[in-house]
Amino acid sequence: MSENKKLLEIKNITLSFDQDKVLDNVSLYVKDKEFVTFLGPSGCGKTTTLRIIAGFVSPDEGDVYFEGKKINDLPPHKREVNTVFQRYALFPHLNVFDNVAFGLKIAKVPPQEIKNRVKKMLAMVDLKGFEHRRVTKLSGGQQQRVAIARALVNQPKVLLLDEPLGALDLKLRKEMQIELKAIQKQLGITFIYVTHDQEEALSMSDTIVVMKGGEIQQIGTPEDIYNEPKNAFVADFIGESNIFDGIMKQDRLVHFSGKDFECVDSGFKPNQPIDVVIRPEDIELVPPGNNPLNGMVTSVVFKGVHYEMNVKCNGLDWMIHSTKARKVNDLVGLDFDPDDIHIMNKMFKGENNCLKGRVLDENRIEFLDITFERENHGFPAESEVLLTISPNDIEVVSEDKADAKMYLESLIYKGAYNELIVYSYSGNVELMIHSMLDEQVATDIGVKFQFDKFTISPLAEEV
Amino acid sequence: MKGTTKTAIPYLVWSVVFTVIPMLLIVVFAFTTSEGGFTFDNISKIGKYSNIYVKSINLAIIATLICFLIGYPLAFIISRASERAQKNLLLLIMLPMWMSFLLRTYAWMTLLENEGIINTLLTQLGFEPLQMINTQGAVVLGMVYNYLPFMVLPLYSIMVKIDKSVIEAAQDLGASLLHVFFRVLLPLSVPGIISGITMVFVPSISTFIISRLLGGGSNMLIGDLIEQQFLGGTYNPYLGSAISLVLMVIMLLIMGIINSQDSDEMEGMLI
Repeated sequence: MSENKKLLEIKNITLSFDQDKVLDNVSLYVKDKEFVTFLGPSGCGKTTTLRIIAGFVSPDEGDVYFEGKKINDLPPHKREVNTVFQRYALFPHLNVFDNVAFGLKIAKVPPQEIKNRVKKMLAMVDLKGFEHRRVTKLSGGQQQRVAIARALVNQPKVLLLDEPLGALDLKLRKEMQIELKAIQKQLGITFIYVTHDQEEALSMSDTIVVMKGGEIQQIGTPEDIYNEPKNAFVADFIGESNIFDGIMKQDRLVHFSGKDFECVDSGFKPNQPIDVVIRPEDIELVPPGNNPLNGMVTSVVFKGVHYEMNVKCNGLDWMIHSTKARKVNDLVGLDFDPDDIHIMNKMFKGENNCLKGRVLDENRIEFLDITFERENHGFPAESEVLLTISPNDIEVVSEDKADAKMYLESLIYKGAYNELIVYSYSGNVELMIHSMLDEQVATDIGVKFQFDKFTISPLAEEV
Repeated sequence: MKGTTKTAIPYLVWSVVFTVIPMLLIVVFAFTTSEGGFTFDNISKIGKYSNIYVKSINLAIIATLICFLIGYPLAFIISRASERAQKNLLLLIMLPMWMSFLLRTYAWMTLLENEGIINTLLTQLGFEPLQMINTQGAVVLGMVYNYLPFMVLPLYSIMVKIDKSVIEAAQDLGASLLHVFFRVLLPLSVPGIISGITMVFVPSISTFIISRLLGGGSNMLIGDLIEQQFLGGTYNPYLGSAISLVLMVIMLLIMGIINSQDSDEMEGMLI
């Protein structure tokens, strides 16, 4: 991609609100006439990134470039971008025509031209004849069209759309998706689109930017992101996935679900723990017998085009999509090709949680503002120690019974348990927890440690 | 429907007994002689008080305008503050209202008097003392001080409802701060402006305590005139009623003009 095609670029953007890091070193660029989608769960920083581009938020660090010029200090009304707001933000005191004409009137466009352009734009969004209606009397879908027309009539170089279809019902949303894409093609305007709906992102975008916890996880075409997700989070967020813990025994040989499988990935360390991802539609159900994996169907749900079936196999739940239904309790074999096995680096480094602790006295150790007792641990007071605990020995409990309140960054089902990544406010560290409970991501949860399971060792140079 | 009508009866009785009947009595008295006969004399006598009417209206308009100029930015700042700050600022605005109206006005007397606190301070600093008490300025000051909360509160309650994203949308469409103010903020706060103006203008035009305490004898307003007819030495409730009636008509006319200004825009915003 040549340099001059970059229309908009943000470099190393970092932003915190009250010590909470909202964006962490975010860099990306957008090419002219591209449809880019920022995709991620709520609280991932996608809307904030959009607001930085629009000029409503200034980053703590990093730069925003538009056509090669730094625009960090340019106020919103001087930027050549227009925004379609999440809840439309139409002017309630103006009718449809005056709402759409707002930007043109401020730009002092001649009245006759305003009339023509507004008329043309309203026709394009299917609101011919609505000029004199009050915007407050329109339906949600119509208000959304006014908002789109109001932004597009100014012929911005970039249109920013902040979850514009979020408030519409499913059918209308599908229609608007197609219309928006058509409008974008017709006008040749760059769209930057924010959504948490992966289907929307896949069907509309040229490029998808997957975000989580203020960081970019992956940038790529919809096909790239779907077929070659970079980590388990992306795989889990985009489409349905079976995600399991595995070990890369050597190049092109992976071990998971109790068996060794041939795969196509290489470049990992021998015996490196990794995440294995297999899409449910890539698995074929075959007659039970001489297969590496055999299991029993535990549920069958008809989804319209396919059946979604769960198969229990070596203690792991597998999800399979197939057009041929099986019955619950049927015995089946699982079949998939080596290139259907996707190997990913684990998001969490290591298999156990390693924390820095401080010895208070001969019986007490403190970590993350939590103190626990361990008789005669043998480390000198005031010294620092390394505390190691398995993800299985940390529990998720209600907040009143918890040792600490932590922020749940991600939750991924690993076939037999949920893998939770939580962020500790007091220590600025992430912890991994294995739990059977389902919790709401991007909220605070209570965390309880089994203190007797901590392994205490002297603190090495580096943690 | 029937249930709601029934529960409204006590209020209906209340307003008939204490509002409608007294107002009708004023109308009747305005056209009655002391002997009980019908007359236009009371109304025709009012001509000689026209300068008092003009002065009252003038001072009320000035006070209302000043209240608006102070109250509008204040209400905006409060409405955009954090929730905690909003509560505290509103409390500060309301605080003077917890004290007696009379006491507040007396306090201004001690401040403004010829040998009051401000003039004492001025003389000690080597300045000439100022004539502040018994001036029109003092009357306007008293009105602004006492009625400012009535301007701020309705403006605040409208502004706090204006969606922040609407202002951002205007900026996004190229509006500078000035444009945002005149094309979005001001039109959207019209209902608050109208009720704020009403709530300051009406008590200002009919006040008599402020003008008497801070304005002295030379700044008699309509309120003082009416009070004199009912309680003073020139006891004449018939003339007093006539003066009240004319004041009422003037107020209704002015409020009617203000309200009609933006009935179109109001409609859109009330939804």
